[in-house]
Amino acid sequence: MQPINLAWVDYAILIAYVAFVLGIGWILARYMKTSSDFLTSARSIPTWVTGLAFISANLGALELVGMAASGAKYGIATAHFYWVGAIPAMVFLAVFMMPFYYGSRARSVPEYLKMRFDERVRALNSVAFAVMTIFASGISMNALAKLLNQLLGWNYNVALWVCSGVVLIYVLKGGLTSAIYTEVLQFFMIVLGFAPVVYLGLKDVGGWHSMNQSLQTVATNPAALYLKEAGTTYAANAWTSAWQPVLAGPANNPMGVDWFAMIFGLGFVLSFGYWCTNFLVVQRAMAAKNMTAARNTPLVAAVPKMFFPFLVIVPGMIAVALTSTPDKNYRIPPPIISQETYARAVDVVKNANPADSAVAVKAVGDALGKKVDAVRISSLVAANAASKLSDDKIKQGLYNSVAENDYDGVILSLVKKYCPPGLLGLALTALLASFMSGMAGNVTAFNTVFTYDLYQAYFAPGKSDRHYFLTGKVITVVGILLSIAAAYLASEYNNCMDIIQLVFGFVNAPLFATFLLGMFWKRSTGTGAFLGLFGGMGGSAIFHALTIAQGNAPGIKGGYLKVLQVFPSEMAQNFWLAAFAFTVCFTLTLVISLATSRTKTDAELKGLVYSLTPKIKDDNQPWILRPAVVGTVLLIVCVILNIIFW
Amino acid sequence: MGLDIRLPIGLMFSLIGLLLVGFGAATNSDAALYARSLNVNVNLWWGIVLLVFGVLMLLGTTRSRKTPPPA
Repeated sequence: MQPINLAWVDYAILIAYVAFVLGIGWILARYMKTSSDFLTSARSIPTWVTGLAFISANLGALELVGMAASGAKYGIATAHFYWVGAIPAMVFLAVFMMPFYYGSRARSVPEYLKMRFDERVRALNSVAFAVMTIFASGISMNALAKLLNQLLGWNYNVALWVCSGVVLIYVLKGGLTSAIYTEVLQFFMIVLGFAPVVYLGLKDVGGWHSMNQSLQTVATNPAALYLKEAGTTYAANAWTSAWQPVLAGPANNPMGVDWFAMIFGLGFVLSFGYWCTNFLVVQRAMAAKNMTAARNTPLVAAVPKMFFPFLVIVPGMIAVALTSTPDKNYRIPPPIISQETYARAVDVVKNANPADSAVAVKAVGDALGKKVDAVRISSLVAANAASKLSDDKIKQGLYNSVAENDYDGVILSLVKKYCPPGLLGLALTALLASFMSGMAGNVTAFNTVFTYDLYQAYFAPGKSDRHYFLTGKVITVVGILLSIAAAYLASEYNNCMDIIQLVFGFVNAPLFATFLLGMFWKRSTGTGAFLGLFGGMGGSAIFHALTIAQGNAPGIKGGYLKVLQVFPSEMAQNFWLAAFAFTVCFTLTLVISLATSRTKTDAELKGLVYSLTPKIKDDNQPWILRPAVVGTVLLIVCVILNIIFW
Repeated sequence: MGLDIRLPIGLMFSLIGLLLVGFGAATNSDAALYARSLNVNVNLWWGIVLLVFGVLMLLGTTRSRKTPPPA
């Protein structure tokens, strides 16, 4: 991939964006007077702003890149991550859980756990969360710096430090408010920056209908595009229907999942675990100016979230359709191969003997270090022997013959294909915006949890507010520096990151069981919750050690103790792992709570548990705007979307 | 907080919209430049969209300044 040269107009757009983001931080700086202003926005922000920030904090670049990748790999069924895996949980958070988070006046999710259970549960949750946010932001910054390096030829170190520096300045100046405000700006930037790319892509493949027709041909032989192993075949609607292939069983859909894992694993455990307990998103709703605004935050967010698949998943489907149409001159990008390696492989092609194509194919494959398409390489060698091809032609031929796909490159390859200077600057700025919103989101969640739940709780309780305000600022700097360190770690030791993400999968999987029992069952105790969480984590680690996905070797991907169960895909393994962890945590918490005596009285649990909290009167709201009504309407629309794409 | 976020959003998108419209108008005759965007001058058209969006945001701020919302 040759670096793209940006025109002045592209730089102008980029600079305008950075200037405005910094400017917002600058203006907000004078409103930052207390630790609460800085770390929790002093609960003063209007609903539509917190709502868009709620969704933008989650819309990191890895989400943009990853959803387009999944759109190519799995088709429209990827939308389940939105319609099954987000909307119901967001409505549940708004209607049932927000009253406890907001009403308890907890400043963070771990603090709620302390009020509801005890210090142990808070300590466990806050340490795990703090470490996780740092790694999440490091992994994403590493991806950004690598991308800027490959795409624009910028220096990795400069890209990493400059982007982190911009985030540092505006978060340090304006705290959470600044992060939330810029997230809103970034939300519009991302939507308006990528929409024209999707439009041009759809126009190029001949519209929605003919895109689906191409995808239906692909589904019967996905190996032709290196999407699956040779010989795999699906029903024609595998990429274009969301539910029918899933209902037909794991062998009949490219995700390799069944409906139970999809609905219980993703739709219930993983989705509610993320949207209802992850402080990164919940923090946005907690910053709202009153209870109604807080409850409406996830509902406002659910509206764009529901339609995001058309912005982030459809590009992947467009890429598959384009690849299957030879005259479009496009393929899903292969893994990145250096120019030197290509040059070496070009020489191998030139020297190959066309009469012995098996040897030639093997030699070229070895030179590239990738799986190659034997038919394409043989014909390339033959064509070059018949009439000498130019180096560029051979290189193009090699690029097309790599029989592996780098799905994460899909979104950028489309940006490159369709964007002239000007629009290119806009799309790249949108991408940069999504990285920055991801990092700022993580850092603001980190500094709040660290300052209030670790520093104030265990290291320096009872100091003046000024003290915690300054601590919050110092922790912001520390958080960014740690993220940068994590980014370097990610760039050096890829495997180490896989292990870390795996461990966080174990930590997060059981979490929702604890919240569910804590909020809706007054009998659950601190000991029950603490041991239940530990048991759930242990359970998921053991589950992982005993199961594996088809095609993976035992090791980091699971099955290192013994293989008791083989799942058809990694995704199915993940969904079942979550379902298992939840069940273990739920059962343990239930049983241990019954066996231990309560440490909190009914009076202490008022405002923290459903049955002990007076019902919220929404009478001051017109009935049409009450959260329960709005939530129901959103769920109905979501069901309709599922039916349309059935 | 004292800052209405619609103000910076409106200003930024108006500015970027103007930049794209200007660039698009100046390069309108450059067919080679727009071959990749399927011969559509996307800079001009999308610039107009961004400009309209930016101006609407700015209008929102001035309107709410005239009629302060009931507390």
